Amino acid sequence: FSTPFSFAVLKKRLVKLVVNFLFYFRTDEAEPIGALLLEQCRIIKEEENVFSISFIEEPERKYCFECDSEEQCQEWIEALKRASYEFMRRSLIFYRNEIQKMTGKDPLEQYGISEEARFQLGTRKQ
Amino acid sequence: MKLNERSLAFYATCDSPADNAGFLYKRGERHTAYHRRWFVLKGNMLFYFEERESREPVGVIVLEGCTVELCDSAEEFTFAIRFGGAKSRTYVLAAESQAAMESWVKSLSRASFDYMRLVVRELEKQLEEMRWGPAGGCGGCRQLPGSWKPKSSGPERSPERLLALPTVLPKENGCAVWNNEPGADQPPDTSSCGGYDSEGNPRPPPLPPRRRASSSEAGSVGVAAAESTSIFCRLHEQYGQEVARLRQDWLERQCGPRP
Repeated sequence: FSTPFSFAVLKKRLVKLVVNFLFYFRTDEAEPIGALLLEQCRIIKEEENVFSISFIEEPERKYCFECDSEEQCQEWIEALKRASYEFMRRSLIFYRNEIQKMTGKDPLEQYGISEEARFQLGTRKQ
Repeated sequence: MKLNERSLAFYATCDSPADNAGFLYKRGERHTAYHRRWFVLKGNMLFYFEERESREPVGVIVLEGCTVELCDSAEEFTFAIRFGGAKSRTYVLAAESQAAMESWVKSLSRASFDYMRLVVRELEKQLEEMRWGPAGGCGGCRQLPGSWKPKSSGPERSPERLLALPTVLPKENGCAVWNNEPGADQPPDTSSCGGYDSEGNPRPPPLPPRRRASSSEAGSVGVAAAESTSIFCRLHEQYGQEVARLRQDWLERQCGPRP
């Protein structure tokens, strides 16, 4: 589709990060124009105040965002890097492992979810 | 509403492991006939394909803010994914067996990003409490350097003490053992508050910025102390019981075997 974030034309958009989706709105509208699923993507700092999102299967296509300040830019980069479900999952597995090493107990047992496929270490079945 | 469909399709079909996959019957929107589709659950996205070998999904259901419930239906093994909101649709699905239905209901009901985030935050909290103790973070370290000093002398004992954690805990004052810094008799400096990374251990996923900020606030100390006593008490009780048992055994041996 024709992206509003090409280098040629920058359009002012309201951008909202909700779970692993980045929604974008025209500034005066309540319904989003569109959304980007933030899985299998890379967040890269471009020039000053600018970052881009690109997806693994099409790395040359970049969705560029210009922020009001360098600080805001860094904030967004950090937030977006953590926004994927896969990142959350890796964090969970990491913390689970750490706690297990320190206490000898699986912290997920108390929630009854130790056996859940999605929380297992190592390769999971396809 | 536009979506980055190509990326979505890529995510659905790439070789990242699926959390569940299998055939389910999906009830149509307008007509109540069921269509057999190949479903793939990845993270909080439930993709469905016309065939197992299809290269692109026919559709996707985003599993946020929904409930998964069993259905009272003429069809066997049915369950529904229900969303709130007036315009929202309910997806009625049917599995091919009781076991398949239970497996799907379980994995779908825990599939949301929100749920994952909740569990991650809980574990993060537990880990922070275990590392930095009841003072509630790096802010606490700086304000109360005294409480971080190990009871025994010499920083070289710290690594051993950490390894011997289970047996040592009841005897220590509780503060020292949580400190895994090699130079434990010095008040930790800011580099240690970056935590784990400064020791050259594998980098954990970084904590969200707001948590780092709050851990250096004076106000968080009191709150964190209250929150962390529960895990502290639990561990204390655990090891206390073990000590009591060992003591009982020893006493019995001293008195001689009972007749």
